[in-house]
Amino acid sequence: MAIFGLWIINKAGGLVYQRNFAEGLAQLTSNENLVLAGTLHGIHAITARLSPMGPSSGAQVIEGETFKMTIFLTATGTKFVLLTSLNETIAEILLQRIYEAYADAVMKNPFHTPEMPIRSDGFDTRVTAIIGTG
Amino acid sequence: MAYSQPHPRLSVLSNSSHSSAEHLSPTASSTRFSLPTAPSIHSQLSTQKVPLNRPGPSIYDRPLNKSRGAEVSVSAFAFLLSEIVQYTQKRVNGINDLERRLNTLGYRIGVRVVELMLWRSESSSKTPKREVRLLPVLMMIHSQVWKAVFGKAADAIEKSVENADEYMIIDNDPVIERHISVPRDLSQLSCSSFTAGIVEAVLDGLGFPARVTAHSTPLAQFRSRTTILIKLEKSVLEREELFK
Repeated sequence: MAIFGLWIINKAGGLVYQRNFAEGLAQLTSNENLVLAGTLHGIHAITARLSPMGPSSGAQVIEGETFKMTIFLTATGTKFVLLTSLNETIAEILLQRIYEAYADAVMKNPFHTPEMPIRSDGFDTRVTAIIGTG
Repeated sequence: MAYSQPHPRLSVLSNSSHSSAEHLSPTASSTRFSLPTAPSIHSQLSTQKVPLNRPGPSIYDRPLNKSRGAEVSVSAFAFLLSEIVQYTQKRVNGINDLERRLNTLGYRIGVRVVELMLWRSESSSKTPKREVRLLPVLMMIHSQVWKAVFGKAADAIEKSVENADEYMIIDNDPVIERHISVPRDLSQLSCSSFTAGIVEAVLDGLGFPARVTAHSTPLAQFRSRTTILIKLEKSVLEREELFK
């Protein structure tokens, strides 16, 4: 049971927030993180079109041997991605609560520019409270 | 063509005029655009005929004394305030200017708050009274004004040790700053200047002219704790002396 990290990807595929909570995954430079987030954005767009049953919201969980990423897509196209261990069961609930914190501490903050990197102490505090210190 | 279309409120009354207008509308008659699924404007309007015909009482028709159920959503207010701050920030040079503008905006609210609040509390009374002493007025701002505007009383009221003309109202978790994180390069800014403007207007309205400013005084457990500093004019203190 471990939560490794959180990404927030804006609707253009840019990584606007990235934070690590626990060791366990390879440490990446911020540039590598940006590239990975952009790649995930592309993969997600493809998976949304793969469904044989009409429109789909795209990939929701991607699992590897050592970790899984849970993807939460909001109505506005922002993606919240939580990197956790395989046996983590509450990732979806955590993402919901992070989305709530994002709506409160980021979107209602006059000093945040939409689609730009998130630098908000209030949001950091809320995320810490949701996930734990890490 | 615009004149031939019925007014949306009228269009629900007559189906014949409705269909003739649709015949004239460009989306229905033109074959240049392939918009098979685009709903016609008129059909969208006619599905809303129930709310259009039955508007609730407007804010001007509600009784002034009824404050229950008249609260507004904090979220809606937070978004509005966020836009106010962004709008103001684009039109000023520097933090002082921004605070002064927010203060002015708050002042316009405070003028109305004092009038409405006194009307609500004193209009039904057989012996309406007006507060003329300083401390009761400050207590009234601390509790009643705060309750009327933010739904809770402020947390503390203090008198300055150094200056006799300075009083402070302290709010540990101001509603208007709940969702605001001020970036480091603007750390001097306090968006509670808006609140300071409200307080200044209330004091002015009650005959206690003062200069009111807001200062961020965070504590470990109260990140957005704010002090509203009231600097009274000399005439107010002189009058207080006469009352003693």
